Amino acid sequence: MSTEFRINGQQAAVDVPEETPLLWVIRDDIGFTGTKYGCGIGLCGACTVHVNGRAVRSCITPVSSVADTEVTTIEGLSQNGEHPLIQAWVEAQTPQCGYCQPGQIMQAAAMLKDFPNPTDEQIDHVMSGNLCRCMAYIRIREAIRLAADRMRADTGEENPGADHA
Amino acid sequence: MGRTLATVLVVVLIILAALFFLIRKPSIAAVETPAASSFSAEQVERGRVLAGIGNCATCHTTAEDKPYAGGRDFPTGFGTLYSTNITPHPENGIGRWSRDAFVRSMREGIARDGSYLYPAFPYTHFKNLSDEDLDALYAYLMTLEPVAYTPPENAMHFPFNLRFLQWGWQLLFFDSKPIQPDPQQSDEWNRGAYLAEGAGHCTACHSPRNLFGAEKKGRAYAGALIDNWYAPALNPEQPVPVHWDTDTLYSYLREGRADYQGVAVGSMGEVVHRGLQRAPDSDIHALAAYLASLAGPAKVDGAARRAGELIEAAHRRTDGDRSHGENLYISACAACHYNAANNPMALRAELSLNSAVTAGDPTNLLRVLLQGVPADEGSPGIVMPDFASLSNADIASLAQFLRKRANLPPWEGLDKRLEELRQTLGQAASHAGEKQ
Repeated sequence: MSTEFRINGQQAAVDVPEETPLLWVIRDDIGFTGTKYGCGIGLCGACTVHVNGRAVRSCITPVSSVADTEVTTIEGLSQNGEHPLIQAWVEAQTPQCGYCQPGQIMQAAAMLKDFPNPTDEQIDHVMSGNLCRCMAYIRIREAIRLAADRMRADTGEENPGADHA
Repeated sequence: MGRTLATVLVVVLIILAALFFLIRKPSIAAVETPAASSFSAEQVERGRVLAGIGNCATCHTTAEDKPYAGGRDFPTGFGTLYSTNITPHPENGIGRWSRDAFVRSMREGIARDGSYLYPAFPYTHFKNLSDEDLDALYAYLMTLEPVAYTPPENAMHFPFNLRFLQWGWQLLFFDSKPIQPDPQQSDEWNRGAYLAEGAGHCTACHSPRNLFGAEKKGRAYAGALIDNWYAPALNPEQPVPVHWDTDTLYSYLREGRADYQGVAVGSMGEVVHRGLQRAPDSDIHALAAYLASLAGPAKVDGAARRAGELIEAAHRRTDGDRSHGENLYISACAACHYNAANNPMALRAELSLNSAVTAGDPTNLLRVLLQGVPADEGSPGIVMPDFASLSNADIASLAQFLRKRANLPPWEGLDKRLEELRQTLGQAASHAGEKQ
């Protein structure tokens, strides 16, 4: 059965069983491999993408449920890596092995829309579903705060974000 | 002696004859399907909107390419009913029904041929529709595409397969008088009452039913389990800590989401996203005004303040014991459902206030966990994946933690309900948690 949706600004139509996890459609059928497989049961956050601008664990999301939506992966978050979160990630030297980072960044980008000026407590609560086996949590928090400050400064406290619901 | 017997026989015969004439309803002559040109475009459009408010399609459609052609099964304690074909097909549908035959079915529950209809067809509500609205619905249905499809025969157990027994049901439970406007209330409220009690037939799902399948008197809007979804109470017993008001009801009925109480999924998702979508804003406001009044007088302190206090209390409980359920909540739920106490967002459905968690029946939470919410249900465009790959033990721990977080006692019979729902949904219980 064919499912149609947009991904990173392009139209996609995939002919796979409707219960196929979005993650495998993104990686194997469409070819964006930035999104990573972690636990496969929606408990680690490595596979986080945006569906209509909101964070979703793609490993447990059947492709049929995103029909006619706009999916964004780490590749589509910004054109040349200029998203404030990506820049902050580099500046804070956040990643160690890097495997969980696409998911971390996508989750953080979604969070900053709802919490443009997040407290540490809010960061911890929203980001706690994104595991990092290298224990880079302190630097992840630091990078998020850095990006949040810049995004607010850029937009004058407006709710920023690369994509919109 | 012989004389007495003869008298008794005569009396019995007279009673039987009287009953026969009381029970028997005449058939109404078949007509040629009226031409589309015999209805005005306004009439057809008005009927289309009413059919949306009444959500006729959900019960009368099984396949999208055969809209209104019936065939959906309704398993009841008395056997299985199948919805009828209400397209204007002359043989399979209602194409030979005159306007009078249609009106009689809607107001009295009698088919064109004089047979009694089962009250699964909510004529008990449609009796409240005005002449003009029934004309409009007739016009809409008669101008649909006729579909040549015969739904399966009802499979009712004896004696419930005898339709004439419905006469007794009607005698006991059916009051044919339509509702009257309440002069004490605003026009908007009365419009809402007319829509909710008539075409909308809200209590058909939201009220508990008695042994005979009739809505319990005095228990209107007290909540009920139907079609394996829990239709929550809307009366003062409503299970949400922040009661529904006109604003939250309006956004729920219009967009499928409310700031505090939850989103429209399952049967109600169809009502909101397919049915009510056709209704003008004024009717949605009217429905909200009427339904909000069912909760009783508005609370003195504002909804936002109360919600904030409750969320803060829930946060304190979350930082507690690090139980298995809490760990699952933190990993699987909080990223999307965590809210700041001063700004809970409908898009981040706050679980300590959400009726799926706060209702006495766990069905809705379990179903959403097992099925997820696709983009075209719930909050439009928002996808929630299913967590069916979690084991039953994990889902139960998570569900009971959410109850605790909302300061409510654990659900009783949760494991059994979960197994039942897995079975209904055709899911083998996952052993994901048992592999390691």
